[in-house]
Amino acid sequence: MLASLAFWAFSGVAILSALMVVIARNPVRSVLFLILAFISAAGLFVLLGAEFLAMLLIVVYVGAVAVLFLFVVMMLDVDFAELKQGFLSYLPLGGLIAIVLAIELAMIGMSWQSAPQAEALRAAAMPEGMTNVEALGTVIYDQYVYFFQIAGLVLLVAMIGAIVLTLRHKEGVKRQSVTAQVGRDRKTAVEMLDIKPGQGIGE
Amino acid sequence: MMEIGLGHYLAVAAVLFTIGVFGIFVNRKNVIILLMSIELILLSVNINLVAFSSFLGDLAGQVFALFVLTVAAAEAAVGLAILVVFFRNRGDISVEGVNLMKG
Repeated sequence: MLASLAFWAFSGVAILSALMVVIARNPVRSVLFLILAFISAAGLFVLLGAEFLAMLLIVVYVGAVAVLFLFVVMMLDVDFAELKQGFLSYLPLGGLIAIVLAIELAMIGMSWQSAPQAEALRAAAMPEGMTNVEALGTVIYDQYVYFFQIAGLVLLVAMIGAIVLTLRHKEGVKRQSVTAQVGRDRKTAVEMLDIKPGQGIGE
Repeated sequence: MMEIGLGHYLAVAAVLFTIGVFGIFVNRKNVIILLMSIELILLSVNINLVAFSSFLGDLAGQVFALFVLTVAAAEAAVGLAILVVFFRNRGDISVEGVNLMKG
């Protein structure tokens, strides 16, 4: 009873905030509604018994991706009202495509039924008497360990790509040159002078 | 209040997917909202994967949802980096000017 109530609440909030992401005028609001949508989806994951993925969704999306979006939205100095101008002219086409897509998905949903041998074809059956995190860990680090490594490589490549894309060297900025610093020796650094008293070293 | 089954979760995911596609077609000028729509679409796919995983008792769905999450995060990072560079070069983020990047 409570679980079904929670389902309706989370799914309703998720759908409404997803709609607001798309139609909001201000992109900052879009990002905030995106965060709300992800938190609601995390609630749905908890209801489904996938606690680890729910926490991951909050850490990765709310903690990293949404903040990245917020950062970019705030950093770019763009007239967002002007960007919204084509909204009404694209609305009929977008609405038509959305309705067609929704009808197609509903038709699939109504005619679909689970295969009788689906239980036997499970790739990694959920073990009994384990928490979700334990079970997921045993599967990821055992059966899917290569996939896991490749996922790490994907993140590494994305990180390097993002840094390479946005890094730029400005002209006319004094920078530290480590080789010049380390390459100094006694000859270039020290000069011995014989100064008479009261004369100084004025040129 | 009826019992919540697999179909309910699939319906929520289908609605989120449709909203994401709608967002891509409606926000033709604003690349940031386009990227957010793509995130919504990937989220709906994740809900599908986790729902099937939970109702079939198969953990592979959750593992693949994890990988989808990874790829989505990487895609957002690279997409936003391209967006920042594009803004630096052109001064706006309208999609209509992107074909100028052809040599």
